[in-house]
This record gives sequence, C-alpha cells and structure tokens, in this order.
Amino acid sequence: MAAEAYDLVVIGGGPGGYVAAIRAAQLGLNTALVERAELGGICLNWGCIPTKALLRSAEVYQLAQHLDDYGIAAENIHFDAGKIVKRSRDVAARLNAGVTHLLKKNKVRVIAGEAKLAAPGKIAVALADGGKAELSAPHIILATGARARQLPGLETDGKLIWSYREAMVPDEIPDSLLIVGSGAIGIEFASFYRTLGADVTVVEMVDRILPVEDAEIATLAAKAFKKQGMQIHTGATVAAMTPKEDAVEVTLRFSDDEEQALAVDRVIMAVGITGNIEGLGLEDAGVTVDRGHIVTDESCATSVKGVYAIGDVAGPPWLAHKASHEAVLCVEHIVGGGTLHRLDPLNVPGCTYCTPQIASVGLTEAAAEEQGYRIRVGRFPYVGNGKAIAMGDTDGLIKTIFDAETGELLGAHMIGAEVTELIQGYCVAKTLETTEAELMHTIFPHPTLSEMMHESVLDAYGRALHF
Amino acid sequence: MPITLTMPALSPTMEEGALNKWLVKEGDEVRAGDIIAEIETDKATMEFEAVDEGRIGKLLVGDGEEGIPVNTPIAVMLEEGEDDDALSGYTPQPGQVTPSDGDGDGDGDADASPAAAPTASGTEGAKAAADKAGRAQGPTGGAEEETATKAATSVRRDKGTRIFASPLARRIAEKNNLDLAAIDGSGPNGRIVKRDVEAARESGVAAKPEKAEAAAARPPEPAAAAAAPLPFAEGSYEEVKHTPMRKTIARRLTLSKQTIPHFYLTIECELDALMALRRDLNERAPREEDAPAYKLSVNDFIIRASALALRRTPEANASWTDSAMLRHKHADIGVAVAIEGGLITPIIRAAETKGLAELSNEMRDLAARARERKLKPEEYEGGTFSISNLGMYGISEFSGVINPPHSMILAVGAAEQKPVIKDGAVAVATIMHCTLSCDHRVVDGALGAEFLKVFKGFIEDPVTMLL
Repeated sequence: MAAEAYDLVVIGGGPGGYVAAIRAAQLGLNTALVERAELGGICLNWGCIPTKALLRSAEVYQLAQHLDDYGIAAENIHFDAGKIVKRSRDVAARLNAGVTHLLKKNKVRVIAGEAKLAAPGKIAVALADGGKAELSAPHIILATGARARQLPGLETDGKLIWSYREAMVPDEIPDSLLIVGSGAIGIEFASFYRTLGADVTVVEMVDRILPVEDAEIATLAAKAFKKQGMQIHTGATVAAMTPKEDAVEVTLRFSDDEEQALAVDRVIMAVGITGNIEGLGLEDAGVTVDRGHIVTDESCATSVKGVYAIGDVAGPPWLAHKASHEAVLCVEHIVGGGTLHRLDPLNVPGCTYCTPQIASVGLTEAAAEEQGYRIRVGRFPYVGNGKAIAMGDTDGLIKTIFDAETGELLGAHMIGAEVTELIQGYCVAKTLETTEAELMHTIFPHPTLSEMMHESVLDAYGRALHF
Repeated sequence: MPITLTMPALSPTMEEGALNKWLVKEGDEVRAGDIIAEIETDKATMEFEAVDEGRIGKLLVGDGEEGIPVNTPIAVMLEEGEDDDALSGYTPQPGQVTPSDGDGDGDGDADASPAAAPTASGTEGAKAAADKAGRAQGPTGGAEEETATKAATSVRRDKGTRIFASPLARRIAEKNNLDLAAIDGSGPNGRIVKRDVEAARESGVAAKPEKAEAAAARPPEPAAAAAAPLPFAEGSYEEVKHTPMRKTIARRLTLSKQTIPHFYLTIECELDALMALRRDLNERAPREEDAPAYKLSVNDFIIRASALALRRTPEANASWTDSAMLRHKHADIGVAVAIEGGLITPIIRAAETKGLAELSNEMRDLAARARERKLKPEEYEGGTFSISNLGMYGISEFSGVINPPHSMILAVGAAEQKPVIKDGAVAVATIMHCTLSCDHRVVDGALGAEFLKVFKGFIEDPVTMLL
C-alpha cells in the first residue's frame, strides 16, 4: 500500500490542529488532518463553547430573578435543565459544522481515525471505519490536546463523580455538588450550578481559589461567590470519596489535619489536565516528553526533525487561543520567510466566565514584585463607572501593574461584568509594547466599561479622574 | 498659553546647535510650515519650521548664537488671541525635562515616575528616540507635561529616516542612552521591540556615539583647558571659535585614533588602461540637452572598484561592536568631500549595485549639496567604508583616519607618470598609490591585503568592473 503523500499532516482537529491546517492550506501546503473524535476538539465540543452557552443561560436566569431592579415584572420564572443543555449542544454542533465547512473550503483532507508516528515522515492511521491508511509528510504537527487529570483514588466514574464532560450535560441540576479544584474550569461549573440553585462546595488545595490569578482579584471573587452562597474551602484536599447509591460520601482534610465529612449528590473533578501523549508512537520516534507534555522550542519544534507540537499537548497555558496562535506561528515557520513571531506567555490572556467574570494578562502583582520590578499599581472600581451603574453591575475592579522604571504594562487583572470582552484592549497594548503614556493618551469611548481601563492606568500614576 | 520653541535635535549626534539666523522677528505672525530660522548643526544648516500658527512673542536667543544645547528654549510663540501680557509670568519650558515630580501625587518621588527623566540625562535622552523617528521636536517618552510635549515646531526631514520601534523600546533606549538606529528590530516588519533594546543594552552595541566619544575625547575640555596657561603670547594669535562641525571632526577622529588599532597597507596601481577606458566611455556619453549624460572621473572608477572589491571580500565589509562583528550586506561607501571649514563624508548606498554613470552622477550631486551644506543626515550617517582622495593636490600618498563605524578607509594619491620595469626594460606608466587604513579588530593584514589585491585587479583591468 503506497502512502498518501502530503506536505503537512496535522494530528488532532481542535483549535490548534484545525487552525494549523487552515493556515497551511492558505499558504499552499497540501495538508491532511487526522481527528479521532470531533472536529473542533474539546474546546468547541466539550469545553469553551458549550460551557459559554450554559453560562449564558445561567446569566439570563440570574438577570430574570432581578427583573424588578430594572422595573420589569414577570412571574413564575423557572428554568428547564434539559433545554439549557440542548441549547448548549446545538451551539457546539453548529460550530462543529462550521469548522468542517472551513476545512473543506480550504481543501484540507480530513481523515477520521487515530494516527500514530510510524517511521520518520510516516504516519499510520487506524481509520474510524476500521481500515488502515498510511500517510507521509515532511512536516507533522501534533495537536492532540489534553484531558482531565485523574487523581489516584479519586477517579471519575461518569455517574456520580463527573469530569467536565458529564458536568456539561446534566439530566438535572443536582441539589448538592462538590467541586474539586478552583481553576477556571472548576469555578465556571461552580458558578453555573450555583446560579441554577445547587448547593455548591468548592475545595482547593492551595490557600486561595483561582491560584493563577492575582491574589487581590481572587479574594474579591471568593467574596462574591460566598455572597452567592457558595461554600469555599481552601487549603483543603479530598481525603476520601465513596460513591453510594445516589450520593457521594466525601472526607475533606484541611491543612491543620482536621477532617470533615460531607455528603453530596455529585462531584466534579477539575484538578488540571494532562496531555494526550499516549498511542502516538512518541517514544519510538524519539520525541522528548516531560511530565505529560511534549517538549518544544519557540517555533513549536520537538526533539525530532519535522515533528512539531502545539496547544495543550505541548504544555501550559492550556488555552484554546494559545493553541491557535501556536498553530499559525508554527505553520508560518515551517513555510519559512519572515520573522518568527514567538509566543510570549505574558501576552496570553486568561478568561474565566463565572459571575462576576475574571480576566487577566501578564504578571500578577506578587509575580511582578517577585521578579524584582519596582511597580506602580492602578485600581479602578466598577462603582466609579457610569455605564456600570446604569447596567446595575457595580461590583468589580480593574487593576493595572506598571514597571515604575520604564512604564511597561506588566499586567492587568479584572473582575466584573464583561471583563472577558475588555481584556483584549490591554492585550493589544502589551503586544504593541505601549507604555502608560500611550494608554493615557488613548481616548476611551464614553459611556463604556472600558473607561475603567483608562482610569486604572491613570490611577497607577496618581491621576485618576473619577474616583 | 504661550508655546515654547526649543532647540531641536536635528541629527542623532547633535548635542547643541547654532542659531544662524532668525527669519522672523518678534511680533510676526507665522503659519504652520513657515520657515522661522536657520539652524546650524554639526554637519549641516537646516531650516526650522513652525508647525502651529501663532505670533512670535519673544526670541530668547540672538542671531549667530552658538552652542545652544538641544531642548533649550529659543523662542516663545503666542497662540491666537493671546497678547504680550501672556508672556509676563510665563516661563519657557525646556523640552523633555519635567521639573515637577510628574506623577501628580505630590510626593516628590521623582524617580518613581517614568515620566520624570532624571534631570542630568533628560536632555541627553530626549533627542535620539524622538528625532531619529523623524519628529523634530517633542519628546516621545513620558510626556506628561503638556507644554513640554506640544510639538510646536518641526524640521523638514525625509520620511526615510523613520525608525519603527515600540513605545517601550523607545523609552528603554532613551533611559539607557542607546541609539535606536544601531539596533536591528525583530518585531513584525523589523519593528524594534523591548527584547531588541535589552539585547543591545546588554551587548553594548548601540551605546550612543556621543556618549562614548565624549568619554573618550573630553578630558581636556573647558576646566582643564582653561586652567593650563597657553604657551602663546597674548595678542600673538587670533582666536577662532570652534564651529559645530569642527567639534564633531575633533571628537570623532580623536575617538577613532584612540580606540581603533590602525594599520596601513600601500599598493601601487597602474592607471593607463583605466585612463584610456575613461576617455573612451566619456566620448561615448550620449548628450542630453546638449550636455553629456555623464562625465566619469577617476574617482568614480575608484568608488566602483572599491564597492566590487568589498563584495568580493565580504569579511572586510564589516564593523566592530563589542559583542559581534556586523557584516554589512551592502557596500555603503563614504567619499570625503572638503567643504568650507571642514569636511563631510556623504554616503553612496549599495554602491556595488550601481553602474559608473549612476555613481558618477550621484557623487556629483552629493558633493555639490555637501558644499552647500544641504545634505540630509541620512545622506552622511553610517556607511561601511570610506574613500579620501587627495590626488588632485598632487599628494603622492598618505594615510587616512578611519571614520567609525567603518573599518577601513582608502587614501588615494595622485596619478603620476613613473618609470617602471616591464619585461626587463624601463617603461613609463601612470601610477597611483593607494593606502588602506584598517581596523585590526575587524580586518587582519591578510584580509586587508586581499581586498587591495582585488581592488588593484579592477583598477588595472578596468573592463572587468563594467561587468
């Protein structure tokens, strides 16, 4: 059987892989993409997108409960969990069809199956329909993504102990829920289920929730969640978990070795993710792997010539937009010409779509100090912003951190309504390497929430106008 | 509020300028674009142009005043509707140096604010970044002081001198006294970004010449000079003030002789074939509007031969920096032109790509404009190699002082008829002595000799340089 020859084969069709394939096709490479499940990957089918649909429902429900604040009356407000989940699945299906169309339009050959590095430049595919295929290409991009990390003794069972996947398609909203892990995934589910009425308990191993976020922002978030009725245990672990008939018995252990027993209807495990590195033939090919992720250089090249890795499988931050960005830079590097636009981790924004929303880019205040910067910190609260007051969203803060020496924007951290849509302003500023001067001289439209971004910068230099 | 006009930095090496002549007087109305003064820099006389309209309120320096440091106020302009009363109580604002603590919180913590450049380096720092960018005035960095920032004047500069650099890169360069023109950008389309400037700071590549030169050349300046009694009787001499050009020549050549390990190589070239070819080519010149389209000089052949020889010995077409050798991709050849009060070295860019007629016409134009002191900075800055020809004065041979950042200068003597031994008999040939001064850090003896050998080959067999 002769191998089908391509210029580039991409393994994995998530936001890293499918973007790589499209960009490669645009640049004239004869490209194939092998996907074992759904085009669009976890992000589009079981992650970013369907959760945003769920959270939108929760947000609408929450708003509906406060209609009176806005002078609107309605009775008998309730939700239908089945319809909420169906909407979420419909949204995912629609986007999945969109990606399929995009790949077709760009003449990317899509192969359903599971791929493996067979020999240098050769890929063996176990086709989804049971056959086998062999592909050859001088360039291979591994974009196989990641999956939820399992903790020994606390494995998910898909019934009572859920991973993100089951948590996304509940038959009904459980009365009580334990969420293990308070990163973005854990907190988004906590927010969703709490808004729809579940008793939610969050357990976090370190001493605060949202460990990667700025401490001040995380503290404000914890305060807001507690006000919504969430139980939050930090510095705590799950010592034991026993599934019963229709509930789980859990033992929490705190940092002082005190233990607490708890019974909940469901548990969601959100304790990080691990790269999908198995079954790819990495070891035989000689691709270096470190702690569950493929080791790459700044052009996404692995230790084996012609083999590249992008996105989650190549390590943190585990974010779709990081994968897509690496996809483009990797393909452009393969094709050659132009400078390599290295990915600067400090320019990768992070967004958590809980209520209130959280968004950030760059260094936290603590990290900036740790790195020896002399910093200026600006803060502006939502309560000082006209648009926020008009919207009825007066809880929140926009915080900016500057290097006092150079005026470099080191980081921006936000909590409050719509901050996930605002953060890109600071991302542009950081990518263009603006200093405080350009940000101060930028005109922000009035009345918008974005004015707070301006004021926060002004505040860092003692010049805030509206607070 | 009146607007202060300050001495602009018209070239990156300019520290001070002379106000040759005001073209306006107090009370004159000016409009944007009006030429208001002639300013003499170290290299050229340039026109100073108003960018705002207004009325000249007060001239702060007189015609012919010399040694005015960059950013010193030189005039005050009144805005529309303001009368002379506005002048009383108005203190002209020097460019860039911000006297207030700049962060507005009144804590006097001047150095905590990136905007308040340390006063000592403020004037130094202000100019390079802003002015290399083709902006005549108005500091880029940290411009919080409106009056200081307001760009009231501009100077006609070629757009080609614009340097693309991020605001942060500019500010870091300014604070560290780095010359952006000497830094290669690694950002999109060659934009200079933070990492480029930081790399340059670490390697010391782009330390601004005037700083380094000042350190090397300044010890015997004012205080010391004034202290030492002159060994000449009072009245036995006339004191001629240094022009800016004279100071620059003194500084640069002292730096060269003190820091560059020179060595010299001399070679004889027979010119008879070249003279014959020159005559032949000049006779064939097509006539345009009754003048020949070109008139080649021996010097034009020397430029061409040098350019081709540099291309053949690329190792010699290089500049020394502390961290690395910069191998130039083109032969940018400076040709010393004697002008009243000194000399200037206009540069023929990418000379290896130009034919004799083009070189000849370009050289003629550059020399003419050099004598009128109308060269733009980009026409005499940089370059990779230079030629000094004193043949027309009957000088048989001499050696030149390397013009940094070049690593070689070719000193060309007169073409003289000399007896030579050919095939065992005495014959007459036209001989020209050329002496190459080499920077031994860049060009070793054998390399310099190889360059001269190739050069001689072209000169003696001039048809080969027509290829």
